[in-house]
Amino acid sequence: MSIAARFAGTEARLAVIAVVVFVAMALLSPDRFLSVQNLTSMAFQFPEFAILALATTVAMLTGGIDLSVVGIANLSAIIAATILIQIAGPAAVGPDAVLWLAASMAAALVVGAVAGLFNGILIAVLGLPAILATLGSGLIFTGIAVALTGGSAMMGFPAATAWLGNGLLFGVPVPLVLFAVLALGIGFLLTRTGFGLKIQMFGTNPLAARFAAVNVTSVLIRVYVLSGMLAAIAGMVIMSRANSAKADYGSSYILLAVLIAVLGGVNPYGGYGKIIGVVLAVLSMQFLSSGLNMLQVSNFARELIWGSLLIFVMIVNSKTGFGMRRGKPAPARPRPEQSSGSGR
Amino acid sequence: MKRLDFSRNETLVALVILGFCALATISDPSFLSMPTLTDLLRGGIVLGIFAVAAMVVLVSGGIDVSFTAIAAFAMYSTTLILVSLAPGLPWPLAFALSVGIGAALGAINGIFIAFFGLPTLIVTLGTLSIFRGFLLTFVGSKLISNLPQSMRDFSKQMLFRGTNADGSFFSLPLAFLALVGVVVLTWFILNRTLLGRSIFAIGGSVESARRIGVNVRAVQFFIYVYVGALAGLAGIIHASMARVANPFDLVGLELSVIAAVVLGGARLTGGVGTLTGTLLGVTLIVLVRNSLIVIGIPSTWQSVAIGVLILVGTGLPAWQAKRAAARAG
Amino acid sequence: MPAAADAPLIAMRGVTKTYSGITALEDVGFSIAAGEAVSLAGENGSGKSTLIKILAGVEQRDSGEISFGGQPQNGLTPRTAAAAGVKVIFQDFSLFPNLTVAENIGFSAELGAGHRLVNRGRVRALAEATLQRLGVQIDLDARVESLPVAHKQLVAICRALATEARLIIMDEPTTALTGREVATLLGIIRRLKADGVAVLFVSHKLAEVLEVCEHVVVLRNGRKVAEGPAAEFDQAKLTRHMTGRDVADAPPEALPPDAPLLMAVRGLAKAGAFAAVDFDLHGGEVLGISGLLGSGRTSLAKALFGLVIPDTGSVRVDGRDVALGDPLAAAHAGIGYVPEDRLTEGLFLTQSILRNVGIGRLEAHGRAAGVLDLAGLWADATDWLKRLAVKAPRVTAEVRSLSGGNQQRVVLARWLSRSPRVLVLNGPSVGVDVGSKAEIHGIIRELSAQGLGVIVISDDLPELLTTCHRILVMKDGRITDELAGGTAEADLARRLAS
Repeated sequence: MSIAARFAGTEARLAVIAVVVFVAMALLSPDRFLSVQNLTSMAFQFPEFAILALATTVAMLTGGIDLSVVGIANLSAIIAATILIQIAGPAAVGPDAVLWLAASMAAALVVGAVAGLFNGILIAVLGLPAILATLGSGLIFTGIAVALTGGSAMMGFPAATAWLGNGLLFGVPVPLVLFAVLALGIGFLLTRTGFGLKIQMFGTNPLAARFAAVNVTSVLIRVYVLSGMLAAIAGMVIMSRANSAKADYGSSYILLAVLIAVLGGVNPYGGYGKIIGVVLAVLSMQFLSSGLNMLQVSNFARELIWGSLLIFVMIVNSKTGFGMRRGKPAPARPRPEQSSGSGR
Repeated sequence: MKRLDFSRNETLVALVILGFCALATISDPSFLSMPTLTDLLRGGIVLGIFAVAAMVVLVSGGIDVSFTAIAAFAMYSTTLILVSLAPGLPWPLAFALSVGIGAALGAINGIFIAFFGLPTLIVTLGTLSIFRGFLLTFVGSKLISNLPQSMRDFSKQMLFRGTNADGSFFSLPLAFLALVGVVVLTWFILNRTLLGRSIFAIGGSVESARRIGVNVRAVQFFIYVYVGALAGLAGIIHASMARVANPFDLVGLELSVIAAVVLGGARLTGGVGTLTGTLLGVTLIVLVRNSLIVIGIPSTWQSVAIGVLILVGTGLPAWQAKRAAARAG
Repeated sequence: MPAAADAPLIAMRGVTKTYSGITALEDVGFSIAAGEAVSLAGENGSGKSTLIKILAGVEQRDSGEISFGGQPQNGLTPRTAAAAGVKVIFQDFSLFPNLTVAENIGFSAELGAGHRLVNRGRVRALAEATLQRLGVQIDLDARVESLPVAHKQLVAICRALATEARLIIMDEPTTALTGREVATLLGIIRRLKADGVAVLFVSHKLAEVLEVCEHVVVLRNGRKVAEGPAAEFDQAKLTRHMTGRDVADAPPEALPPDAPLLMAVRGLAKAGAFAAVDFDLHGGEVLGISGLLGSGRTSLAKALFGLVIPDTGSVRVDGRDVALGDPLAAAHAGIGYVPEDRLTEGLFLTQSILRNVGIGRLEAHGRAAGVLDLAGLWADATDWLKRLAVKAPRVTAEVRSLSGGNQQRVVLARWLSRSPRVLVLNGPSVGVDVGSKAEIHGIIRELSAQGLGVIVISDDLPELLTTCHRILVMKDGRITDELAGGTAEADLARRLAS
């Protein structure tokens, strides 16, 4: 195998794409794209949907999908907002405000975990296909959020709330720090823990996982709980950046999160995906959309370019025999008892 | 010959619809009226055409999430062409134009899926963004509220009108015939042509289809072109009926439409799906949207209700299948 | 097709096919006359399936000649092969589970005739006529997924016959059938031959169909190693040619009388699968369980490992009850299970060889908070791969890059690394080549010498006879017979079929 062939992995290609996009944008609009102002604004912008992409990625690694992440994010944010507005009140300052912010974070995480548990039970115990289970539950979470708020935005947080989405930590935007910590954490989880290894093995072949005495129910449930909690964190960031919580924030993020994950090389049929790939995909998209912004290209062109990028990467992957063959699910066997004697 | 089979989604959904209507009639006797029916039928036109399209894809074992973007694209660009180039074009030609644009966009999906062999979900996810992004960037992003005359004419044509006992007006637009036509045509293709049976065959087993010589690529290509054409039709009808061409409309409906189809018994794994089930699924969703309030549930709970329906409607068969599998040796 | 009067129906010469450097078929040639039945025998991996696919136009040969009725065929496709009358009944039947019996039978005919519109009456009539021709009755409106296996096969045969068939190729036709169903099948074959249809049986166990065959061809490792009139072959001779070895391995050494009781199964039953299963397994014993497909052997094997939930009964290992219906409990009690279908049940094909082994040992290498001692895990796995002599370029390669025999050893390594007490092997040598098969049998012997209890579930009689101390025969979900290892093969075959 030549060096070129080895280098042709999805992640390597993505790294090249990310660098090329960055350099191209820097050349096309050097003073504006490379300005501190633009770089910071990028760092504030992408973490919210990047965290949602992490949530989707974890579910997709098991061969499932989580379409309810945005619903969970908004519902968690609304519960957190209720605490911040009704209990803490907009006037809260100092340690009081910090305490309530922490409490609202905790509440959001609990909501995310419970919502994820609900998904996990639907999928692992009742056997619903993940796409339908999370589509339905997503509607329910959004619906509850609508019913709680009547559909209007909740505003009036203590000023400290803004720190989460707009603050700096040692000069680095807080959302970026949050995303970096989460990405590193999930990356560690996937590669260094038994749970992570089981997720990938289950995603590769759920049946074989069962036959290898992996506790598949527990793995699946924990995956969706994790996904729900990540969504809740994203919800908090969105809430803080918007300085409000609303049932229908970020509805376009569902497919965007899936798109980023797939672009990042995560196999939608499960079993393969690296966090570094997702990170690179997020960066490529952010560089691209920011750069295009500088070049006065309409906001909507971003979507066009994201979609083209996705299909382009898929074609390249399939041509190099990377994307498709890896993912082909085993054909349904009409005769479960037959022996597999294919003489070749 | 046919008994009531409770393991079928169609039966289940039909019973839920009947139950819903019964409850609604008890709490408000005026529910059982012509306006309710025409509202239901009217609300089901665009959704119904979308659902039929989505069902054809599901039967073939694929999934398409881009049809709403195709619809918006075809609808908006057709309207724009009419307004700026050919204001006098009669509506049938305008419709044909929209269908043609839809089919062309569907062909793009078809090429990636049938000839590049890419997974259907990913391709249509990508083209959803591409079509929408292209539309809003290069075609236009402004509302066209001054629709061309021919489209306005079309929207005024009614199959029938009437006045209810309480004095309220009701009517059924001509567009309803489009849904009827789509259902009949799709029924014919699916059940009476070899192409249609090949769609089922591919959904049942692609490998088997290939082995007996079905031209899988051609069939797949047709499916996505057909879905695109139907989406184009649904789009132009939507604009005509709304009397405004809004390029931001429609996109976002795709998952609900697929949910309605699955509710009606189509399997995500392919090979199974009926028009009856699909229409029942759409009926239920529209009913919940239009009339939830009648049975005493505030309309803010609408999406919770639809979510619960999806979970119950797909969960019950899934759970039964899982139990049956556990029982079997 | 205007055929020369003396040209055979099908003639092949020097057919060669390689898959990414691995030769699947090399210089294979033989011919089939009209109305003739030919047995193509070969072990798994001998190249039989490749040959079928080439004849059916599903795969293209690299070189060699194929002619139908004297006319050379180049660039065969599934459609042209079918049009020439070559019909394949694949082992998985390649039916459409979601369509009705009538439609499955009529589909190819409609396709072949180039109809654009489907006439249900025409399809039904054709299906009905074809079923009648075979003298079988199946509900035309039933969905194929709801049919029993034997009926599915009949539907597949009907589909092949619905349009003009000159040669019917049957891939492993008898694996799924009971003795009576095989008899029915043979009756049908005789009728077809009388009509001038040629039949090519492709199988690794052909003794059952030898009586209707005129001719036998044996493949081994992609080459033709024997050919001759069917009358000159019996099962023993076939086996010899297929395996390339003269004598069957000797049966295992007798079990010492003081072998401790390891596992006791009592009154295990599951409605519709198996009933009243009782047996003991001693340390160092290899126990065979055989039976036809549908006899309940696979269900029983899965029940021992908790993959099937029995209704009643008990399984005890080392005197302790094992919770039923829970693979984790079974694994914890020291039961290991190597599944029958390695590709879908045993392996994580796109994962590395190391991970495929290591997944069995996560608990042992877990540290605080679920973090793994990766170095230890990989060292452990590498060690087991060495002990089982798995041949792989790199242990980080995807497991699907391995040959069948090495793949099977990877699954074995996964379980052995857990030091199990009882190992259930379902079809241990299905889909592995001849050499690996012998080595896997060697591993089984070694394990039993170490005091492990091994249960071998198989329909491969020579395999059972060479590896097992005792063989239980299952029929209709019950254990109906028990034989000592080393019984004559013919005897075992007779008692299986009875």
